Amino acid sequence: MYRLLRQIAKTGIITEPAPQPDESLRQLEQRMGETILKHFGRSLAIRHVDAGSCNGCELEIHAANSAHYNLERLGIKFVASPRHADMLLVTGPVSRNMEEALRRTYEATPEPKLVVAIGDCGCSGGIFGESYASRGAVSNVIPVDVAVPGCPPDPVAIMRGILTAVAASAKER
Amino acid sequence: MNELSLQSTPIAGALPAFHASIGPSELRATCEKARALKARLVALWGSDETARGGAYALHLALALRAGLLWLSVPLAREAPGYPSIADLYPCASRMQRAAYDLLGIHAQDSADQRKWLRHGAWPEGAFPLRKDVSIASRFAQADDGYAFVKVEGVGVHEIPVGPVHAGTIEPGHFRFSIVGEKILRLEERLGYAHKGIEKRFETMTLEEGARLAGRVSGDSTVAYAWAWAMAVEGASGIEPPPRAAALRGVLLELERIANHLGDLGYLGNDVALSFGFFQFWRLKEDLLRLNAALFGHRYLMDRIVPGGVSVDLPREAAARLLEQLEQLEAEVATLKSIYDEHAGAQDRFIMTGQVTPELAERLGLTGFAGRASGMWHDLRVDYALAPYAPARPAIATHTRGDVAARVSVRFDEVAESMRLIRVFLRELPAGEIRVALPASHGGGRGVGWVEGWRGEVLIALETTQANRIHRAHPHDPSWQNWPLLEHAVMGNIVADFPLINKSFNLSYSGQDL
Repeated sequence: MYRLLRQIAKTGIITEPAPQPDESLRQLEQRMGETILKHFGRSLAIRHVDAGSCNGCELEIHAANSAHYNLERLGIKFVASPRHADMLLVTGPVSRNMEEALRRTYEATPEPKLVVAIGDCGCSGGIFGESYASRGAVSNVIPVDVAVPGCPPDPVAIMRGILTAVAASAKER
Repeated sequence: MNELSLQSTPIAGALPAFHASIGPSELRATCEKARALKARLVALWGSDETARGGAYALHLALALRAGLLWLSVPLAREAPGYPSIADLYPCASRMQRAAYDLLGIHAQDSADQRKWLRHGAWPEGAFPLRKDVSIASRFAQADDGYAFVKVEGVGVHEIPVGPVHAGTIEPGHFRFSIVGEKILRLEERLGYAHKGIEKRFETMTLEEGARLAGRVSGDSTVAYAWAWAMAVEGASGIEPPPRAAALRGVLLELERIANHLGDLGYLGNDVALSFGFFQFWRLKEDLLRLNAALFGHRYLMDRIVPGGVSVDLPREAAARLLEQLEQLEAEVATLKSIYDEHAGAQDRFIMTGQVTPELAERLGLTGFAGRASGMWHDLRVDYALAPYAPARPAIATHTRGDVAARVSVRFDEVAESMRLIRVFLRELPAGEIRVALPASHGGGRGVGWVEGWRGEVLIALETTQANRIHRAHPHDPSWQNWPLLEHAVMGNIVADFPLINKSFNLSYSGQDL
């Protein structure tokens, strides 16, 4: 126990400043009113859905929860069910075998809701593209508010995408 | 191939590999002989040869003492079939089912004839990997019905989980049959991440294929890229420069360290020791940042290319890498002693999710999980190529086959990977890092076989004119290990499933393709 506590004390706090929203990532006009955003901004529940990724984006989503990035300090946490979620974070080209599950997850998420597509595949289908087995971009299956490119996008880019989705769009401001 | 008394021809390239053709009627006798010799079944896949004047073919990759044997079995054009080998090699069952879904080649007399990768994306009777089916084909969603095995009895009930999971995990479905808190039976249904990778390869050149190979399973991008490069180099008759070979070794070991660190963190998390998650992920993040600074990518994607590597490591950068490894080594040693002495963690690790050596041998457990269950195979040791041969890698092993054994092997492998990187960098040859890929006339065959962090990754490649791909089959060790997870959880409590699952950490994308 002593060594464990010593290790914690020795490590200290290594969390870095959070990124700012980036309007260029926005796909749809902000779907939410200012009042709701104010509440979401302080406490956002995310359900991650892997709709067919290579698992590279998952590695970076995990990393966003690590001490350097510490997503939870911003009031953002991952939840186990879409019914508890305000936002879906969707990775991968949407495989046809996941198309129905993704659509049902979207429907199970209560309104008002946001969708952030993660990675080149989520944005456009990426290297896998559209095929007999793949629908490609997430927006081919459900509405997407913000899309974050990268293969995979790093944790800062993912955080920026999430924060953009809950920021009032420039036009509204 | 003397061991099986077959007429075989060597496959060009760095690996000791051979190719042989046999008729379907000889398949079972050959596999019986191979099984008796304790040869492992590495992969099973099919191909459409109608464009080359044939019909269909079944292919097997077997690991023999002398090297890898690629066995091809030509099949008939009408109702292509072959006798099932799933009773000899249980891991063949799902691969046979997948080969049927994609190509319509049928394993006769197999106990399990259910679909595997197909789900509802294409109907029964359509075979998307056949050459006469366009990659752009769009089938109406078909019936996704699937006959799960029903467990009946007093107090038995089912928990269906997935394909959308509670955590940040890939998609798959788990059907638990439980009594009270105990798991009686787990049935996995995978294939949700099937996105047509093998068909996509057939639209690409050998160089483009490297990027796709590196995205079969993102966490093993280095292993796949190396296997791809090895296969292409063999098929094209080129050799990577010695400096590139050494740098590939460095990259592969960095990937191994990063993945083991991440999983060791999550294993702590899954036994309520979140300290472990934050500490190991801090170390992993430092390593990923170093990867980005030295090689230009956090996960080292696209750094290994056919002909060599795409980025060099200057002397100062190598020094920086060594320096950071030294710090990392000390940190990991501290965390290991904390894990070792933590009664709560050890209580959850020990005797949880056990796979005995006997079961591991019978069902073909592979990779580090195999090494934790007495399967002492490691390609870096068994068929050591450059740069591994002179570095004499030590194999990390255990025999108890529980979560604790897999944790122990992972710690040992992290330490050994650091030693190997030091050796590779100390003896880093000077010179070029990449040679050009010559124009190929097609008809080439190549194999790549690499011990990734999870286990052995195979690329089986056949080329066609203008450096294009006739057939490429990427094989992930998860194919072998997923069925063992069903066994490992039996008799354990449901709440230990995440822990047991993470101790293997298998790839969905790698097996769904």
